[in-house]
Amino acid sequence: MSEDASAAPRYLERADFDRLLEALAARGYTVIGPRVEGGAIVYDELSTSAELPIGWGDEQEGGHYRLRRRGDAALFGYNLGPSAWKRHLHAPRVKLLEAARDADGRLRFERVPAPQPRRAFLGVRACELAAIGVQDRVLVDGAHVDPHYAARRESLFLVAVNCGQAAATCFCTSMETGPRVQGGHDLALTELLDASRHGFLVEAGSDAGAALLEALPTRAADAADIAAAGAAVANAAAGQVRQMAQAGIRDALYDRLEHPRWDEVASRCLSCANCTMVCPTCFCTTVEDVTDLSGEHAERWRRWDSCFTLDFTHLHGGPARTSAKSRYRQWLTHKLAGWHDQFGESGCVGCGRCITWCPVGIDITEEVAALRALPDPSANGAS
Amino acid sequence: MSEAHSRPKLAVWKFASCDGCQLSLLDCEDELLAVAEAIEIANFPEASRAVVAGPYDLSLVEGSITTPHDAERIRDIRAQSKTLVTIGACATAGGIQALRNFADVEAFTRIVYARPEYIATLAESTAIADHVAVDFELRGCPISKTQLLEVISAFLAGRRPVTPAHSVCVECKLRGTVCVMVAQGTPCLGPATHAGCGAICPAYDRGCYGCFGPMETPNPAALDARWGELGADRARRERVYRTFNAGAPAFREAAARIAAADEEES
Ligand code: SF4
Ligand code: SF4
Ligand code: SF4
Ligand code: SF4
Repeated sequence: MSEDASAAPRYLERADFDRLLEALAARGYTVIGPRVEGGAIVYDELSTSAELPIGWGDEQEGGHYRLRRRGDAALFGYNLGPSAWKRHLHAPRVKLLEAARDADGRLRFERVPAPQPRRAFLGVRACELAAIGVQDRVLVDGAHVDPHYAARRESLFLVAVNCGQAAATCFCTSMETGPRVQGGHDLALTELLDASRHGFLVEAGSDAGAALLEALPTRAADAADIAAAGAAVANAAAGQVRQMAQAGIRDALYDRLEHPRWDEVASRCLSCANCTMVCPTCFCTTVEDVTDLSGEHAERWRRWDSCFTLDFTHLHGGPARTSAKSRYRQWLTHKLAGWHDQFGESGCVGCGRCITWCPVGIDITEEVAALRALPDPSANGAS
Repeated sequence: MSEAHSRPKLAVWKFASCDGCQLSLLDCEDELLAVAEAIEIANFPEASRAVVAGPYDLSLVEGSITTPHDAERIRDIRAQSKTLVTIGACATAGGIQALRNFADVEAFTRIVYARPEYIATLAESTAIADHVAVDFELRGCPISKTQLLEVISAFLAGRRPVTPAHSVCVECKLRGTVCVMVAQGTPCLGPATHAGCGAICPAYDRGCYGCFGPMETPNPAALDARWGELGADRARRERVYRTFNAGAPAFREAAARIAAADEEES
């Protein structure tokens, strides 16, 4: 972003919040943001601030999520819902290819073009921005670009929100991804709400963000606004009850591949795959080919898959990872160890979704702590 | 359709069942013509009284084996069928009538029938695969008609049907349903249940009932512990595994374990 005066933070009144939505709409963006649906906060299309989860907070624990009334009118007073932005960028099902026989009996293949929606995501948290960055590295920055992800990512406008509180399942401070947004956004909001006011500190993170900010009815943020925003983020950092120590984690896990804890967690794990589905960085998919009754048409679909399914490692003769232990170990070691080797960073951003949305509340931070508490008895010189 | 083009012959067979699964085929109103064009419906008493003699290229078998006569008949059908696909919970797991496997069938017949001596029945209701080799099992009570069309299309193309055996949870997440167990504390059998229905019940705020039977790698013991924490009592926890798929090994063992733990405690 270019260095100019627009980098200075501005203050937007809550009463003017809809001007932001209107400005996005005027620039051709479909706004996707938080809404209350099915007893949780999910990301869906919206057009006015009245559709936001006004006054709602969330209570989270392992295998437990409840919406709670906050007793105020905060727009972003919750933390994270079950559905990551992944749903909108790395879609659950994508049709890749169609095939049909032409009049001469020859097979014709047609690639399905990737839709290029012009969208703005509203309410993206710091850990979620980090997760989008992680998926960018996997799906567009490497040698093999995923055209469907790339097309959806292309014209994205990101309105981030700094967290003012943490859920009990959050551990972004351990992963150094939050609670303050660290880049990749176009605009960053911090909600300021007390007895005397309700508004937002707004900071631009890109030229597009700065241009949009200029079009909004804001005033320059004063020292009190900036201090209040700092206090809100500090509250979110201080409220984190879970941690996951990162120093040496890769080698510590590789040194414990036969640790008894894997058997113990496997006895509780359902192999249901919920953790991988809700994880904002998990990217695995499978490909399904279907034909119709006439045999004249075929389609190739891509859909989310998970290392918890047997088909995931189906090779000649059957699946390679038959035990729940081997599947759980794959998930944990890929996120926290193998990812470093593949992509030079962790595959975990500390959002805590896998903890909350595991039906039996298996907690990645607790599993790592238990693994690291004792060396692998079968390994020599475990670190 | 030219006469020269010889279509594979389809037969639909019924054993102990409610007819619901084979009627799914008639339910495919929009696709029925395409089915009839692709495959010769040679023996399907629910649809037509005209019967073409075997052998058959594809046999769809509904229902479970409950009588000595059934046990004979399925062997004959197997002998006439190149490919044999069982459809529905009765054919793949013994059905709701497999509840007799946990009770005294003679006592039932004495209560229900005026002349129980005329009733020739087996002590257990069993899956077709317990009697003859089965090429493919399509789960569900009832089966999904989309999946039935997929199985027939796959058979015609000589490919493996796309009917994943992972949990119902994956279907919930694909469609974006909020988990009822986590967000509402509603006990749900989805994590132990085979996908295929499209996760209908959670989409209507209800827990999964397990209509499609056990998923590929079920862990009912761990799921049951969670049901207990969510306040489901012993009777309910046992009963949920004793429905349409009571005879499926993983569900049978789960119910037996819960019942045994109950007896130990009382
Ligand atoms: S592993 Fe869990 S905490 Fe980490 S990013 Fe994935 S869902 Fe979030
Ligand atoms: S943890 Fe499993 S599902 Fe997630 S990215 Fe790794 S292999 Fe894929
Ligand atoms: S860790 Fe939890 S969410 Fe993940 S597969 Fe196991 S039981 Fe399911
Ligand atoms: S509602 Fe049931 S099937 Fe759906 S994710 Fe939750 S536990 Fe799994």
